[in-house]
Amino acid sequence: MIAGNMTTMSNDHKTLIIEAGRTERHYWKDLWHYRELFYFLAWRDILVRYKQTTIGFAWALIRPLLTMIVFTLVFSKLAKLPSDVPYPVLVFAALLPWQFFANAFTDAGASLISNSSMISKVYFPRLVIPTSAVIVSFVDFLISGIILAGLMIWYGFTPDWRIITLPLFIFIAFSAAMGAGLWIAALNVKYRDFRYIIPFVVQFGLYLSPVGFNSNIVPEQWRLLYSLNPMVGVIDGFRWAILGGNTQIYWPGFLLSLGLVSLLLITGILYFRKTEKSFADVI
Amino acid sequence: MQPIISVENLSKQYIIGHQKQERHTSLRDELSNGVKRTLGKLLSPFSNQEANEKSEQFWALKDISFDIQQGDRVGIIGRNGAGKSTLLKILSRITEPTSGRVKISGRVASLLEVGTGFHPELTGRENIYLNGAILGMSKAEIKRKFDEIVDFAEVEKFLDTPVKRYSSGMYVRLAFAVAANLEPEILIVDEVLAVGDVQFQKKCLGKMNEVSNSGKTILLVSHNIQTILSLSNKVLLLAEGKVIEYGYAQQVVTTFQNSFYSNTLGQTDITSAEHYGTGQARFRSIFIQPVDGSGKRIPLPLTGCNILLSIDIETFQDLRDITVAITIYDDLGNRLIDANTLIKGDSVNLSFGKLTNVTFTLENIRLKPDTYTVGLWMGIINQSDIDGVRYATSFRMNARHEDILYTSPFPGVYACKFQHEITQH
Repeated sequence: MIAGNMTTMSNDHKTLIIEAGRTERHYWKDLWHYRELFYFLAWRDILVRYKQTTIGFAWALIRPLLTMIVFTLVFSKLAKLPSDVPYPVLVFAALLPWQFFANAFTDAGASLISNSSMISKVYFPRLVIPTSAVIVSFVDFLISGIILAGLMIWYGFTPDWRIITLPLFIFIAFSAAMGAGLWIAALNVKYRDFRYIIPFVVQFGLYLSPVGFNSNIVPEQWRLLYSLNPMVGVIDGFRWAILGGNTQIYWPGFLLSLGLVSLLLITGILYFRKTEKSFADVI
Repeated sequence: MQPIISVENLSKQYIIGHQKQERHTSLRDELSNGVKRTLGKLLSPFSNQEANEKSEQFWALKDISFDIQQGDRVGIIGRNGAGKSTLLKILSRITEPTSGRVKISGRVASLLEVGTGFHPELTGRENIYLNGAILGMSKAEIKRKFDEIVDFAEVEKFLDTPVKRYSSGMYVRLAFAVAANLEPEILIVDEVLAVGDVQFQKKCLGKMNEVSNSGKTILLVSHNIQTILSLSNKVLLLAEGKVIEYGYAQQVVTTFQNSFYSNTLGQTDITSAEHYGTGQARFRSIFIQPVDGSGKRIPLPLTGCNILLSIDIETFQDLRDITVAITIYDDLGNRLIDANTLIKGDSVNLSFGKLTNVTFTLENIRLKPDTYTVGLWMGIINQSDIDGVRYATSFRMNARHEDILYTSPFPGVYACKFQHEITQH
């Protein structure tokens, strides 16, 4: 009797109902079940990148280093920043979150389409794909972070207590990248126009974000408007945490950026969830 | 008993038209359509816009219901476009139904394509982990099954070679091996056994038999009727998105075969038949005419007659040195006769825009009275398929009166011409 009841219970537990428009109650549980897939897809993308190269994983270090050197050289000339901090460190501190965002946004945007065969042939929560793309960019970000640390040691620059708040800003950067990435990935499935919009956003965004300059050169009355770019808050936050000293945060703008990032992430998840059921039909 | 899968009034609608010419709607289209629709409504509010839109709808599945019991092995058959793959996709949760509902009580593993998610740059070992994870296995599970997978695939020596260097056979073996070692309660398989060599296909069938004998439920789509019959106890026949028949395998298969194994002598247009291949040239029509030994036309194919098969090929680009073949199959899908130009040391050149006709005369056909299907193929042997049609047409062999005078029905498969002599001592 007891055994019988237990069987029924476990059967009920496993029963799956497929219906039109049914909001998947198992979704988050499924996502947990497939948690290793995040890792595997990210692992695949990183592994594949350095296959058939002679120096292999050394590229993982050299690639961001070269990018950073180029940008640092370019922006060192443009940057109008206080000079008590070494210039490369100043620029690098802003480039770090920007590069992360730009890469994550680009890769997440293209991720669903480049995995279209998987989407049309296997079930798993689709959220795994763009998230893995963001994770890959995050790994690059961490490696670049090591380079920044090396740079700081080289210049003998010691950050103050604010450095411990850095994880918070990293988290915000991650959320911004996820939010924007989810939106663009889902839109790209149906409207391939976004394929052409992504590089444009990334190129323009670099100049619209305070990477090559400090956001306090923006006139006071425009600062709030300027903060509508969510990366402004993120980049300012990074500078504030890493450089310490006399760098200031423009709090209203930062809070606005923070609000926008949250909005981007929440709506991104909602839109993705809403459209993902039809991915296999339209991709 | 509670069914393990229960499908109720399931329908799936696709919007075609848009997708046909341009698979991805661009934002501009959507915007301009939206504007047009609104303007249209404003300008002529009483016009029947609905009717216009309905013509673009296509029901891949229409109101189907059936139950599958635990341990059933269900073969799903039907012509192309009958809705087989759509059904599997819904059951595998890849796509959502438009209406209706499905209740599944058990862990489902579906194998709609061999090697989904395989990355050519990764090694065999890496791909086993990746593919396993995509199919829903945990790392620990894959680790546990690893040796079994490698064993089954017979790729031990190449585990650390990128799969792009694998032969297509090795690739398929490895991919199937990963999937075959999933431990689901319900296994959904779509036409995956159509790949690989005969020996491997046998191995796969063996594995599937093993799975089904362990009480698991299998759903299987195949164009190969023999595979269906050897693996399933029940068959679901679909046509145009509806269930035509669901029941005992042999019985349903017979219905299916009767539905299109009719006598189709004379000219058959095959432009809308199911084609595969690159499509640089296409079979357009086939003409069948039985003739007797002296070349005179006869109304029906009889034992010992010749059969004239004439095919028209439409060409879209110049092609040199290709082989054209016809294959005769029995109703179980066995290849009985293969006639091709290469056997005669000949090859065909096709020129762009021209219609090419190839005529084969099969002599002294002595197949037993039954229905046979004709398949067509052209391409470069072991290299590429330019065009192929598995079911181009069919014909029915009839017995000559003298052949069945004393024994009916005909007992063998081939009515050999023979002499006999009776002696007594």
